Amino acid sequence: MEINLEEAFQKRIDDEIKIEPRDWMPEKYRKTLLRQISQHAHSEIVGMLPEGNWITRAPNLRRKVALLAKVQDEAGHGLYLYSAAETLGMSRDEMLNELHIGKAKYSSIFNYPTLTWADMGAIGWLVDGAAIMNQVPLCRASYGPYARAMVRVCKEESFHQRQGYEIMLTLCQGTPEQKAMAQDALNRWWWPSMMMFGPNDDNSPNSAQSTKWKIKRFSNDELRQKFVDVSVPQAEILGITIPDPDLKWNEARGHFDFGVINWDEFNQVVAGNGPCNKQRLKARVDAWEKGAWVREAAVAYAEKREKRNLSKENTNAA
Amino acid sequence: MSNKEWPLWEVFIRAKQGLNHKHVGSLHAADVQMAIENARDVYTRRMEGVSIWVVESKNLHANEPSEQDELFDPANDKIYRHPTFYILPEELNHM
Repeated sequence: MEINLEEAFQKRIDDEIKIEPRDWMPEKYRKTLLRQISQHAHSEIVGMLPEGNWITRAPNLRRKVALLAKVQDEAGHGLYLYSAAETLGMSRDEMLNELHIGKAKYSSIFNYPTLTWADMGAIGWLVDGAAIMNQVPLCRASYGPYARAMVRVCKEESFHQRQGYEIMLTLCQGTPEQKAMAQDALNRWWWPSMMMFGPNDDNSPNSAQSTKWKIKRFSNDELRQKFVDVSVPQAEILGITIPDPDLKWNEARGHFDFGVINWDEFNQVVAGNGPCNKQRLKARVDAWEKGAWVREAAVAYAEKREKRNLSKENTNAA
Repeated sequence: MSNKEWPLWEVFIRAKQGLNHKHVGSLHAADVQMAIENARDVYTRRMEGVSIWVVESKNLHANEPSEQDELFDPANDKIYRHPTFYILPEELNHM
């Protein structure tokens, strides 16, 4: 029986029929998705922190409202994704708890500090750019609620990248100091952005199954290559240099060749030893604990109001 | 400290007058007023809606997906419910 169910399930996937929450699915499919979607949600929420750092110090009101709207979008993206993940049978509080105790991961990129205003530009341009590369194919993921959430996310993400690039462009057309600031931000964010696509294909053991289940449509290396190919001309327009001496056009491949990624650094950051891991997690845990009274008060108020409404109804009935 | 999770609500948005409300996702809120306000912030930041419905998820009932075939089967063999079932002369155009 189990085998037949699994075969029927795979057949639906192969036929591009979406899987919906109450449909039968293999336990491993559920777990894989739950891990991926909740990590994705956590990344959106933790991702608010590096940029939140600069909201009060944005150089002018135009930049400030844009950054504020972007960070608010990220909260929204986290909520779409938590809501999709919950359809797989884990409660929101459980997911948050896994983040807070360090069991659930989030994207390593958010463990790097935002040292200057130019980082707001580099994050929008590169980090959101890399995220878009990853996310666009997820709009066609086999799990309906995830795919639908990603459609909403992708629609909003394009403004994020454009506002980041505009910040870079303005700095690059400014004083030599401002341009140097943009170059410095590119130097610091380039490689971590390249790492956002995950390990090389021959070192990514779960990819095959995710591809078979059509959760994943392109391999890590394919997406990374795409990212490099679109980023090079974008850097040229800005007039700044991607910090990779091995970067050069390969006529035969029709792609840019690029240098080797420092996977030791990647593994260190994933393991919790990045520059800001502790700070980020502490900020989330503090927000959760210090917000407890608000959550409790809201429940108490809702209960009180319901009681009042009930007694009113009783009085009317009597 | 109470560990009570805020209830889950399903959110339906009418994109503009004349269209039906469409399910867009869910969210947590302590009560109906908060659910509507949160739905506005989460699902209509770019004027995606002119009207919001929220329904507490526990009040939403659905058919069993495993019984889907039996449930929808009765419509399967009734092709005479479709206009193309009826064969009419070509000169009739557009009926």
